Amino acid sequence: MLDADFFRRWMAATAASVDREAEHLTALDSPIGDADHGSNLQRGFRAVTAALEKEAPGTPGAVLTLAGRQLISTVGGASGPLYGTLLRRTGKALGDAPEVGADQLAEALRSGVDGVMALGGAAPGDKTMIDALVPAVDALADGFAAARAAAEEGAVATIPLQARKGRASYLGARSIGHQDPGATSSALLIAALEEAAEG
Amino acid sequence: MKMLINVPETVVADALRGMAAAYPDLTVDVENRVIVRRDAPVAGQVALVSGGGSGHEPLHGGFVGPGMLSAACPGEVFTSPVPDQMARAAAAVDSGAGVLFVVKNYTGDVLNFDMAAELAEDEGIQVAKVLVNDDVAVTDSLYTAGRRGTGATLFVEKIAGAAAAEGQPLERVEAIGRQVNENSRSFGVALSACTTPAKGTPTFDLPDGELELGIGIHGEPGRERRAMMTSGEIADFAVNALLEDLPPRNPVLVLVNGMGATPLLELFGFNAEVQRVLREREVAVARTLVGNYVTSLDMAGASVTLCQVDEELLRLWDAPVKTPALRWGM
Repeated sequence: MLDADFFRRWMAATAASVDREAEHLTALDSPIGDADHGSNLQRGFRAVTAALEKEAPGTPGAVLTLAGRQLISTVGGASGPLYGTLLRRTGKALGDAPEVGADQLAEALRSGVDGVMALGGAAPGDKTMIDALVPAVDALADGFAAARAAAEEGAVATIPLQARKGRASYLGARSIGHQDPGATSSALLIAALEEAAEG
Repeated sequence: MKMLINVPETVVADALRGMAAAYPDLTVDVENRVIVRRDAPVAGQVALVSGGGSGHEPLHGGFVGPGMLSAACPGEVFTSPVPDQMARAAAAVDSGAGVLFVVKNYTGDVLNFDMAAELAEDEGIQVAKVLVNDDVAVTDSLYTAGRRGTGATLFVEKIAGAAAAEGQPLERVEAIGRQVNENSRSFGVALSACTTPAKGTPTFDLPDGELELGIGIHGEPGRERRAMMTSGEIADFAVNALLEDLPPRNPVLVLVNGMGATPLLELFGFNAEVQRVLREREVAVARTLVGNYVTSLDMAGASVTLCQVDEELLRLWDAPVKTPALRWGM
């Protein structure tokens, strides 16, 4: 069973890997976006870390809804509302249970991803974070390692795609050949689940 | 790249402190990043709130004041502000007559303003929204995030702001804003990429001797790259692209806008060419504005925006305005 501590570790591991990869994310965002994805997410997850320390929410759902609210309030751009909605919706779906099973997490994460798709209007293949998140959620039944691998594959699979959503869509065919920064950061979020499970 | 800054992290806050010092008619909340006209809320008037990423100055903070915006929310450089900022701005300027959000069509701006509208409505504030999407360089919007909002933002903010200043109700101010947007088109060219403070190097690589056609205002590359053209050739290309999309029936307002690093000497020369093409195409020009209004940091280049106006829109355009960057009649 996964308790509030697991979800705090998940957010902490995400914040750490966003810190580590910020420059890489910004570099990916440079040819097809506006070169700020890394610094924006860094600002957001630092706020998440600070808020979780200050408020110490006691249930998995409360950890994620607080994290989502922080992202919406600090990130800006498209990633703020999209990542914020992902975590808030997932947190809401977990309700106020003190502990949840892996299958409940998978189900909740799926409703989070549905929320992201509804808000941003993106579908798989549009070269967005969805391309990492959907395969990851599908693979979650086989464990966190499988989800991580699926998310990473999904992110790499955005390279040949033409962007249809977000700022990269303005480049048309010129967006082809670049890995999507949003899918890449989503893969970091999913990979952090495995780290959190290791304790 | 050398920049007149302290550190990238404080660029926006430093600029807001400097703005506050320069314009006593504005209340600048540096911590929460909200710029409000000092006399807000104005009884009986609809309030206009806009915002977007920083780096496009004077947009939007430079357009706060009587006759135009009531408040503006600057985000991080090229990043939309967050809903809390917009909701705070709405609460500061609402007189009870409602608030109009002027939103440029970028995914981030749209999502954050939508969330802000929910927050403001929860507080009992009536909110309407005008989406600005005037950029003809974006084609087949079924497969993109839709046309970007660029130069027409200035026309929407000025003309809807004038309607609000007259005491027109929210539905009417909103309708006028939409009418301005529907009758406006823009096209931009870049002669150089811009450099964001956080990255410190140009956001894309544009060699000497080439230009980008159809650029946006966020350092995103354009639709097409060509060998450098003369001012006259660029004017032909840009104005023809606009008129292809908006066959003119009425006289137009013309905005020849600099992207930040192109001197007025060049912009005025470019405007002469734009006016020549409009004459050749028999388009009547009602008013012309030349300058750096919707910029992209230190990008060199220009955009042209045309807005078809009827008598009512022209009257509202001519109405008095008093903001840091746009000021006439008062």
